[in-house]
Amino acid sequence: MPSSLLWAVDVYGRVYSLSTAGQQWEHCRDAHLEFKRVTAVQQCCWSIACDHNIYLYVHASEVPIRYQEETYENQRWNPVDGFSDRLLPSDRWQWSDITGLKHQPLGDFQLPSENWEWEADWYIDENFGGEPTEKGGWTYAIDFPATYTKDKKWNSCVRRRRWIRYRRYKAQDTWVKIPSEQTESLPDPFNDITCGGWEITEEPRGCLALWAVSLQGKVWFRCDINHHNPEGSVWEEVPVPGEVVQISCGPGDLVWAVLWEGHLLVREGVGRDCLKGSSWVTVESPSPGVGVVHVAVGVNVVWAVTKDHKVWFRRGVNSHNPCGSGWIGMVGEMVMINVGLSDQVWAIGFEDRAVYFRQGVTASELSGKAWKVVSVPRDSERSHSSASASSLQSAGCFFGGEVRLQSQASMLSDADAETERAGGEVVPTPEIGDAPKPRIPKVTSDSFISELVSDREGQISRCDVPPAGPSIPEEDHPEKELEDRASPAQVLSPSQSGGVDPQWSNVDLEEAQTHLTSGPGGDAAETSSLSSVATYNLALEEPYGLDEPPKWAWVSGGGCLVECHTQLNWFNSSTSTALNSSMQAMSLSITPAQTAAWRKQIFEQLSERSKREMENFMHYEQAIEQSVWVKKGTMQWWRDWKPHKWVDVQFALEQFSGVEGNKDGILFIYYTFNDEKKYLHMFINEVTILVPVLNDSKHTFAIYTAERTKQRWPMRLAAATELEMHDWLALLSVSCCDSRGIQGPPSKQAIWSVTCKGDIFVSEPTKELEASPYPTPCAQISLGVVWGIGYDHTAWVHTGGYGGGFFQGLASSTDNIYTQTDVKSVYIYENQRWNPVTGYTNRGLPTDRYMWSNASGLKECTKNNTKPPSPNWTWVSDWTIDYAVPGGTDREGWQYAADFPASYHGNKTLKDFVRRRRWARKCKLTTTGPWQEVPPIPLSDITILPCGPKSTVEQVSLWAISNKGDILCRLGVTSLTPGSSSNYGSSWLHVGTDQPFKSISIGAVHQVWAIAKDGSAFYRGSVSAQNPAGDCWYHIPSPTGQKLKQVSVGRTSVYTVDENGNLWYRHGVTPSYPQGSSWEHISNNVRKVSVGPLDQVWVIADKVQGSHSLSCGTVCRRLGVLPMEPKGHSWDYGIGGGWDHITVRGNAMEAPRIVMPSLTDNQTATRPLQTSNQPEMNGNPVGC
Amino acid sequence: MTSLVVKNELNASCRHLMNVIMADDKDVLRDVWFGRIPACFTLSPEETTEREAEPYYLLLPRVSYLTLVTDKVKKHFLRVMKAEDSTEMWFEYEGTPLKWHYPIGVLFDLHASNTALPWNVTVHFKNFPEHDLLHCTSNSVIEAHFMSCIKEADALKHKGQVINDMQKKDHKQLWMGLQNDKFDQFWAMNRKLMEYPTDEGGFRYIPFRMYQTMGERPFIQKLFRPVSPEGHTLTLGDLLKELFPAAICAEDEPKRFQVMIHGIEPLLETPIQWLSEHLSHPDNFLHISIIPAPSD
Repeated sequence: MPSSLLWAVDVYGRVYSLSTAGQQWEHCRDAHLEFKRVTAVQQCCWSIACDHNIYLYVHASEVPIRYQEETYENQRWNPVDGFSDRLLPSDRWQWSDITGLKHQPLGDFQLPSENWEWEADWYIDENFGGEPTEKGGWTYAIDFPATYTKDKKWNSCVRRRRWIRYRRYKAQDTWVKIPSEQTESLPDPFNDITCGGWEITEEPRGCLALWAVSLQGKVWFRCDINHHNPEGSVWEEVPVPGEVVQISCGPGDLVWAVLWEGHLLVREGVGRDCLKGSSWVTVESPSPGVGVVHVAVGVNVVWAVTKDHKVWFRRGVNSHNPCGSGWIGMVGEMVMINVGLSDQVWAIGFEDRAVYFRQGVTASELSGKAWKVVSVPRDSERSHSSASASSLQSAGCFFGGEVRLQSQASMLSDADAETERAGGEVVPTPEIGDAPKPRIPKVTSDSFISELVSDREGQISRCDVPPAGPSIPEEDHPEKELEDRASPAQVLSPSQSGGVDPQWSNVDLEEAQTHLTSGPGGDAAETSSLSSVATYNLALEEPYGLDEPPKWAWVSGGGCLVECHTQLNWFNSSTSTALNSSMQAMSLSITPAQTAAWRKQIFEQLSERSKREMENFMHYEQAIEQSVWVKKGTMQWWRDWKPHKWVDVQFALEQFSGVEGNKDGILFIYYTFNDEKKYLHMFINEVTILVPVLNDSKHTFAIYTAERTKQRWPMRLAAATELEMHDWLALLSVSCCDSRGIQGPPSKQAIWSVTCKGDIFVSEPTKELEASPYPTPCAQISLGVVWGIGYDHTAWVHTGGYGGGFFQGLASSTDNIYTQTDVKSVYIYENQRWNPVTGYTNRGLPTDRYMWSNASGLKECTKNNTKPPSPNWTWVSDWTIDYAVPGGTDREGWQYAADFPASYHGNKTLKDFVRRRRWARKCKLTTTGPWQEVPPIPLSDITILPCGPKSTVEQVSLWAISNKGDILCRLGVTSLTPGSSSNYGSSWLHVGTDQPFKSISIGAVHQVWAIAKDGSAFYRGSVSAQNPAGDCWYHIPSPTGQKLKQVSVGRTSVYTVDENGNLWYRHGVTPSYPQGSSWEHISNNVRKVSVGPLDQVWVIADKVQGSHSLSCGTVCRRLGVLPMEPKGHSWDYGIGGGWDHITVRGNAMEAPRIVMPSLTDNQTATRPLQTSNQPEMNGNPVGC
Repeated sequence: MTSLVVKNELNASCRHLMNVIMADDKDVLRDVWFGRIPACFTLSPEETTEREAEPYYLLLPRVSYLTLVTDKVKKHFLRVMKAEDSTEMWFEYEGTPLKWHYPIGVLFDLHASNTALPWNVTVHFKNFPEHDLLHCTSNSVIEAHFMSCIKEADALKHKGQVINDMQKKDHKQLWMGLQNDKFDQFWAMNRKLMEYPTDEGGFRYIPFRMYQTMGERPFIQKLFRPVSPEGHTLTLGDLLKELFPAAICAEDEPKRFQVMIHGIEPLLETPIQWLSEHLSHPDNFLHISIIPAPSD
């Protein structure tokens, strides 16, 4: 879980952010700005400053925001000059866009704003549809517009070439002003702003909807904000039937606005093609007399605050019913409210102006349970001073409780100022309703100052838009005030605290402060606050009472990801007892060493105890004899002989202590055959791999032994329920590990998997398999460094732990297990046929496929009966139309074809009689495993330089491709200690390319090969340990007419797979000429290839001849690969069926031991591919 | 052949790795389960025997129950007894009848910690102390007691939802795991009882029992949450403070009490939730013995 930020503005206009991993508000420093509003999303934050301009803060990313500008140079041939820029009058311009309709000379390209910069000058693109062109990059045609080829022919009369230039967004991690064009014509400054809408379109486009409200109550929409254009282009006014005061836009299609009279407007018609929506609908205020002052929307929720500070939750809101059905009053008094990611709710309290978090908001309980105050100190004053920021920070964490105690005191004391008490006395306030307000202690010894505070608070909340005032360079007030309050004794004897003003001066300071907040004098205030802090630190040698009570004006959680398993350290505030506070101080500054103190003591004492009580008495008789333990159950078994069918069997596992004290076991399957009772058995120590096989009707799993793998016939069993199957699998895998005496994480090489006589068997059967029963469609390992990628493109690094998942509590370690999540989409298809009477309907022909089906049409999949891939996955969204289907769709997501099944296209033609559209629904897996997330860039492919076991490697080369196709090189990955943080690396280095990429591989001596999305291959030159990113790309022509898909590089071998399933070997790769000379065809029907560090070649092949039919996703190994014979001669077929990814890159041992971690990792996830082939799985005879 | 070689290599590399890796929380469960107390059973001199009875030595599992694991003892002594005296066997340590329905480890910690090992237990057949002990006529009585403890504990932890969701055979698995000393068998099921929603930070209430030798009540048991209303993790220290403040001594004071769980004294800052998950007995209760500190 990467950390994300909660943004807030305090009443003085200072912007702070709080990291989900952090424990203090970080002041977002920008020299001269004070802000009124912020609205954050994950990648950026928009705001309105006190100068009424709109500012944007884009978070820096290791992948830069780049935009490719292109223009075409066109030429025509004439007999005199040959090709020249003299075109016919009817021709296009000499410089044009791709269509030729727009005049586009190089000089006309301007940077959109001063926040962009050019990466380099214009250059010619010599890549034409994946193939390299001649120098000069010209492509030829008979005439404009026509089909261009890269070869010049006798009839080529025109030619053109493409010029490209990249511009890069440079204003990152800083506030930049968005030029507001309309304020010149119309002096109507903005009053509110909201950002959202990122879930409406798919990720690569990255569109955002930005809405703003002006002081006159008009609503504006910012057009064209997307990934390549973070600033957007222009403001467009959206007509409204009234005066709007505030607006809120959710991540999806919800947009609500508050009218001046207190009613609400709901935007309708917001969709993929129209982020702006089409019309407004009015919704009444929840309570008749009291209008709404604030509204906040999420994906499926609407919250509102009325004038009397009451909080309301809108029932029944969703995409289909944006207006919802009714209001529910909630507990708590708030001034504003904000809905963040996953519909989490943040608010600012009316009384204390503290930031509140709504606890317990889940998909099933959107209204949450209770308000919880976020109480963490702020960094600003302290880290400004020259004192070491880190020590102060830890001090702040340590004494968080105390800080809170005093700040609360002054804020509440005016409520009952007459109850004078001695300083420091603690009285908990009664709790109000179900909202667990923290126990707020009151210190009322200094009621005078407290009243001042409450006065000031009133003033500030009244002037929401403060008028511009003169700047008064006066000392920043809060710190001063704090000094006074920090220790009541010092007020009485000012001599103790040097530099403390007498009390009356607070009145003046108070005035000054009011002006300060309203004027642009923040700079002066800040510098003086610095000095005041310095004085303070010197004068008062007391660590308590450092901070001004944070009073907030605005909060935005749109970029803040909080989920049920997120651990927040924000709520550790006021403590009621001395013991608690010291305990809490412990828990606040948790470090491994500290938590280990009590744990370590328990470990030590336990082993001491065992020694004391048992060591001298081991000759005593044991009270309980070790006996055989049998677990029995009923299952179904896929009969080994013909006719194959599921038969009911009794299944039993007998566990006993083996000779060496190891536990061993035998599996028995009791069945009846011809009315005769028989049984079959299998020794647990012979079991090589346990595979859960996802099947629609049954919960099946397969058990392999070396012998059964050879025969390609595992023992297949089906349990009655999913849960039962998991119980059995967990138990069996523990028994397997027990019988081999394996307890612990996989080692660098051997444990991942091993071969025996050419057959794969995982000697560590299920460790990895069960441990991470989901992600890593892609994983690479080298010398103990293991990285993987989830379906949602999140990168994970193996921590060296073991267990997790449904292993929990049974045999997993707790140290290196992290929470893992993955998100993927499940797709179903809606099919329709055209008939002359009613047009397209869901009435098909009797011979047609189901009207709701899977991709093949063979299986009925309705919205209701489709389930997530396994019970571990849960739905996290509703069904939505998927527009990102290969082949394109129309506006409603339909694809058309002449008949089922055929090739589909995105626009309706006269010949089309059927159509289909794809529906997607996201599901999410939350589990635990020995994997740690590598934020923040989503990846699609990854490769690690394979190294031999003997080499000592300081730095491991790791390259990756982001989900947008950018090539990245990871710095700082080392293998010094496997599974430690050094495997994690430090940062990404972006490697510039002209086009998006999809596959990458690094081989021995830093040979980096990559495949672009257009199917062309590239070799990276001059990559070395010293120059990890290399210097330039060499375009390698693809095999004729083929678009490459995947590449894998070993010691000297380079293999690629193309989109038609052909496997190609690169000839002539030598150290002096690493690009090689030509491609040689090796095999067809290959899905994926992995070349090991010793040039071992493993593939996943389709259509491998099985006993009954063809099997897909079979793991095969190339035989006869020798140093002089790198291509090998034939295939050896391994465990068949359903594999999707393989990597042998960790195994640098001489044959026959091969490592293929991800194989075991992801088989459960990929197994569904296989449904139709299941019965034939492993029915493939050897040597076909 | 190849597989054998590989296996051995695996074992070697695993062992190495195990040494490197720090002790794990799960190891605590094993240590707790496999805790043994050496005991020497002697027949009470009051018993009339046909010939002299030899003492009987046995390693008793700390987490089990006396009457569950002393079949051998009974057999041993019955050999020297007259048949008509073979009534119910009961145990006594230094004059205190031992309650079989407390786990063995608790009995030992409470009455005999800080004494020389083995633990000298006197075996009686006559004069069953009706006031002090419950009858235990068969293992099914122990099973009933054990299961009712587990149910009570789950009622505290999860309002009884987890144990009620289990099937009869699952209950049996828990019991058989204890009876046959099968750690895996027991924990395969017991782990479900140890789960809790992540966002709540722990069980609803911690099932615990606090024993004293001198107290007028057999043990103290109260509702105690693992997390304070303010969201702080509560510790063993917090629990003692509420229920037995005398056990917490100021730094300068001499220690008056020992707080024992499974024969060890965890630090007071140990989170109570962690203790409940790792140092509970198989009956899912955290049994805490408070004994006077040895005077030396």
